[in-house]
Parts: sequence; C-alpha cells; structure tokens
Amino acid sequence: MNTINRHTLAVLVDNEAGVLSRVARLFSGKGYNIESLAVGATHDPAVSRITIEVLADDKQARLISDQLRKLICVHSVKRLSAEHAIRRELVLFKVAVKDSDARNQVIQIANIFRASIIDVSTGSMTLAVIGEEGKVQAMENLLEEFGILELVRTGMIALERGQYTIDEQTKEKGEFDYGKNVL
Amino acid sequence: MQLTGANILMECLLEQGVDTIFGFPGGTILNVYDALYDYGDRIRHILTAHEQGACHAADGYARTTGRVGVCFATSGPGATNLVTAIATAYMDSSPVVCITCNVELPLLGKDSFQEVDITGVTMPITKCNYLVRDVADLADTIREAFAIARSGRPGPVLIDIPKNVTLDVAEYAPLSRRDHGVNGHLAQLMKRSSQDFRAPEPDHRDIDRLVDMIRASEKPLLICGGGVVRARADAEFEAFANRIDAPVGITVMGAGGFRGLNKLATGLVGMHGSQASNMAVDACDLLIAVGCRFSDRVALQPSSFAQNAKIVQIDIDRSEIDKNVETAHHIIGDARRVLQLLNERLVQLDHAAWKEYVFSFKTQTEYDEAADRMTPSQVLDAIARVAPRDAIFATDVGQHQMWAIQHLHFEYSGQLVTSGGFGTMGFGLGAAIGAKAGNPDKVVIHITGDGSFRMNCNELATEQYYGLPVVTVIFDNRALGMVRQWQTLTCGGRYSQTTLDRGPDFVKLAEAYGLPGRRVTNAAEFESALKDALDSRGGMVIDCAIATEEMVRPMVNGGSRITEFMVD
Repeated sequence: MNTINRHTLAVLVDNEAGVLSRVARLFSGKGYNIESLAVGATHDPAVSRITIEVLADDKQARLISDQLRKLICVHSVKRLSAEHAIRRELVLFKVAVKDSDARNQVIQIANIFRASIIDVSTGSMTLAVIGEEGKVQAMENLLEEFGILELVRTGMIALERGQYTIDEQTKEKGEFDYGKNVL
Repeated sequence: MQLTGANILMECLLEQGVDTIFGFPGGTILNVYDALYDYGDRIRHILTAHEQGACHAADGYARTTGRVGVCFATSGPGATNLVTAIATAYMDSSPVVCITCNVELPLLGKDSFQEVDITGVTMPITKCNYLVRDVADLADTIREAFAIARSGRPGPVLIDIPKNVTLDVAEYAPLSRRDHGVNGHLAQLMKRSSQDFRAPEPDHRDIDRLVDMIRASEKPLLICGGGVVRARADAEFEAFANRIDAPVGITVMGAGGFRGLNKLATGLVGMHGSQASNMAVDACDLLIAVGCRFSDRVALQPSSFAQNAKIVQIDIDRSEIDKNVETAHHIIGDARRVLQLLNERLVQLDHAAWKEYVFSFKTQTEYDEAADRMTPSQVLDAIARVAPRDAIFATDVGQHQMWAIQHLHFEYSGQLVTSGGFGTMGFGLGAAIGAKAGNPDKVVIHITGDGSFRMNCNELATEQYYGLPVVTVIFDNRALGMVRQWQTLTCGGRYSQTTLDRGPDFVKLAEAYGLPGRRVTNAAEFESALKDALDSRGGMVIDCAIATEEMVRPMVNGGSRITEFMVD
C-alpha cells in the first residue's frame, strides 16, 4: 500500500469571489479532508496564494494537483516537499492563569518558545507563537496544565527554500539545497 | 459603439459563429429575449418545452457538429432545470455554453423571486462558470467561455448575468474570433502555464517509447474511447489500428470513433462488452487506450483489469492519467495529433495468431430469434438495413441503449449521441432535436425505451413545431428494463417498482403532438413503418412491442473481473 503523508500544496489563484470555494470543493468532492488551509493576497493584488495541507498518498497528491490545475482560476500549483520548504503557522493560546505564580510560569514557557505575550488580564494570558507542528505541540503540552481556554491557528503557510519561486518550472535538483540551513 | 448588455451578448454570439440557440424565456432573461427579437434573422432560436430539453439539444448539436452548443434559460427554476443536462455534457466532455440570467445585482442574495446561486450549484459540473457583475466584462467573459468550452478536453461552461447587467450599457468593439486570444483576460489566461487552450504538443520521447513498446508486444489491444470521437480522429485511429494489426475494443463513448464494420473491431468492451473484447483485455500484453478514462463500466475491477498487460493511456487531460487504473506509460495530447505522430513512426506489423485467438470469441451477441415475438435485434437489424448509412442515432439510457450500441455499426465520430458517463434517462429526444438542427441533411433516429421516453417526451412539440423531424423508435417492454434486468440477476426477481403497465398510449401521444404514431408487434410491420417514416421525411413515433424478459447480454457485474460473465 502507498503510505499516507501530509502533503503541502501551494496554489496561486485569481483574487476573486468564489475562488476559494472552487478550490475547496475539489477536495471535498474527491473525498479528501483538508488538514490545514491558509489564504491571502500576494504582492500582486490580483493574485491570492492558498496553502493547503492534505493527508494523501503520493498518487493522490499528484492527481489532486492535476485537477487543481484544470480550474481556470488557478494560475499554478506546486507540491512543496517537507525537506525543501519552510512551513510556519501562527497559533494563539489563551491560557488560564489563576495566580501570579502561574503567570510567571507561563511567561517562562513563552520565553523558551520565543512566543509573544499579546494580551493579559487578571485570569488569563494570550500567547502568540510561530512555528511548525512540533513546536506548537510541545508548547500546547506544557500549557495544558494551566488550562487552555482557547486555541486558534492560522493554518500552515509555506514557501520553497532558496531563490526559486512557485512559478519557476525549470530548476535543478541541487538548487533546492541553497540556503537550507540559514534559518 | 455603446450597446446594452443584451445586445453585446448577441454580438458576441455572432462573433463565435453561433447560428442556433435552444432556450426558454422568463422574467430575468427578458431583455436578452428582447434583443433576440432584432437578431432573429441571424440567430435561430428554438423554444423547447423544458429547459432540460434545451440543454440536451445544445449538447446533441455540439456532439454531432463539433461546434459549441448554446442554450438560454432564466433564473431560479429555469437555471436549475439545466442542471441534469449540464452534468450530462460534463461527464461526456461536450462543449456547451449555457447563458442564464439572474435577479438584479441589488436583489442578489436576498432570496428574491426566482433567485438561485446557479454558479454555486453548477460548480462541480462545469469546466468553469461566471457571474458577470459588470457589463464592461461581459464581452470578454463570453469570448473566454467559448474558448474554455471547446479547448482541451471540451465541456460545459455557464455564464450567469444579473438582469440589470443585460440592460446596462458599455462600449462594445467587435473582435474577430482569431483575435480573441490576444485580448483581455483570455490572453492572460493563455500565458499561464497551467492552462492548455491550445492542445499540448505530445512529447516526442513519449511517442518513441510507445513505438518501442508496440514493437515489443505480441498481443496488443487498442481501446477506442470518447477522446477519439471528440478529436474526430477516426482516420488516424483506423490507420493506427491497421498499422499495428491489433484488435480494437470500443467503449460506449468511443462508438463511431472506429468503424464498427472494420474487421479489427471486437465490439463493446466492459460491463456489456463482447466476449472477444473482454477476453482480449484479459489476455493482451499491451493495452493502448485512446481517450478513455477507464470508468467503472469499462475497468470493472481495476486490480485485475488487463492484468497481463502494460497499460498505456493517451489522453488530453493529464488528471485522467492513473486515476482509475495504474498505467505503465502515457502520452498527453490531442488524440488526432498523437496518432498522427505514432503513425509516422510505425511500420506495418502482423499479429495473425493473436487476432485468431481474439476472434475465436464472439464479437457480437447472438440473440435468440423467436418467430412468435419481435426481438430487439430484429428491430435493430431492420434499422441497419433501412436507415441511410450516415443516419445519426440518439439514444436514451437503459437496455435499448446497450442493444443499439452493440448492434448498430457506427461509421463516423458523432454518429452516435448517447449519455455514456452520466446515464441520463430522458436525454435522447432533446439531443436528437439538437442533432437534427445541426445536421438538417441527415436522418436522425432516436432510439429509446418506454421508461426513458416518458421522462421528456414533451419535446415532441418542439420537434413538430420547428420541423426538426426525428424518428423515435421505442423499445416498449412495459418495464424499466435495465433496472429490472439487475433485479432478475441480483435481487432474485423481486421486481420492485420497475413495471410500467400504465401507458400512456404512445401512438395517441404522438398524435396529440401532431406527429404520426405507429404501434408494431413484428419485424415486418416495424420495417414498413420505418420506411414510411423515412419516405415522409417527417417525424414519427414507432412503438415497438418487445418482451419484458429481454436482457442485454453479455453482462459482467460491476466490480467483477472482466471475464466473469453473469450472462453470456
């Protein structure tokens, strides 16, 4: 059997009404569950970039990319492999802090994870952290004992490492490694 | 010049060479029909009985002429009545442009009278659809819609125009169709790497590799799919088959793409495939499928389909590759171009022993001939004898469809109009009318069943009024035959809701619509009725009484290995 992996698809689309539903329904119509979805305008206001993460085997990921390319609103589709892409998501945690001791501990955890504290009230603190699943999960585990009141994530966004872009069709394999360990 | 949206629509249809529109007016599309009043000398409008019939007619027109079919409908129920027909065109890759109007922009989203989000509804069943909010975008949108409908793998496109946009005024500059690709949004689309508005040139290394595979093969089999028909690649495909000297199995959508009378044809392949076709699939060592997506009616059990063969897929749509069965090799491109390139590189081959094996099996079902009743094969044999060789056949869906495709030997692409992918009962009459509108010099024969015909027989009014004669042949077994056949074979003969012992009297029905009707009970009567219909050059409904127990044979159950015939 083919192994199911998390695939990251970067999709450039027209920045127009209805485009997101066209893209999203393609996944639901084919029976794939979207694990993560992030949408936003690019430096070209006419173009939006959608980052989709989906659990699929390699063949399914290829098919879904080919089907996305058939949509007229889609400019380009690129599958970003884990080793050649930078993936980040922003997660907000609202944590219960019942006393100053708890508050101090949460501040320490925030410092360790380089999370920023963006809101404080008498009974709660809100932290923002940027990272991949591993970092977010580790932080979530540590904050659980204080009581997580709310958690919200932006969805994963991803860019290819190196100087090449989503539109670049021809590139050499070696170029993927450029700048790999910079961050 | 300054024109209203409705007039811009008319001018753009003329740019596209549209001469026939099928449609049905209504409140929101009022201004479009008002403009049409002035264009009646250049654009023929055929008013159907129902919007579904209009879209099926546009589909039938498109399939038989190779041009884009056009239909009009109003908002709300008018638009949703198109849905089944749009899905039919989508599944069979037929280029249709549907123009619907919607409520005025300020009323949009307020559950106004006859409002529906038709672009949302039709998203999964169109190649693309548009809601035109600004009259300034209208002309470009229409040009783009036609380009999308006919390019690459063809398909339906829907344009929804709010009523106020049809009345708004914008500058319209005529643009010849040749220049559409250099203008506006369409020009930008054509620059995108993801869009194939021009058929992609096949990769020559892929071609060479297939030539090597063909040379190495001892038991090659070809499958002629709907892509051959859409590309009108009959001549190239026949040359290819003759050059390789390989048997050819034909799918429902591929019927007509390869001459049924060619000695290499093994008949239909798949669920109701001939023994020769299905045994060849099982035994071949190289299977080359042209324009075929290996649907579950062909590759019944993907894991065992052509298990001894390397499968090669030739398709214009990259997303079809490996979708249903795993292939060893593929070539992306228009069937005609790919076959031309292959033919240039191939020398004449000889596979006499392999052909001898394949053709030791039956290519055609031998039905029992009884003297006391009329059989489907007698009716179809009579049609084959009497009808002109270039007659166009439209079918509905069910037993009659399979019998017709098994029995009639189609000679050219577009000769058969049938709902293969979506299996739409009630498709045939509308499609036949559209075929006749596009091919006034050809005889159009509509083969249907009593179940299918009851669904959309209202279009007899359209046929009669516009003088678009269609000879309707009803295989009347007083049952929903195909479902009943499944009940016989898989439900132990529990005939749940498949008996149609309730009329109507199809002869009287035809007469009520002003068309002659005949009921025939034996082959001689049928042949004489058909001759009368053809001699009269008019339409007729011929109701053929056949036995309820007749079955489509052979049959392989869905999900079974292709050689496991339930009935042979």
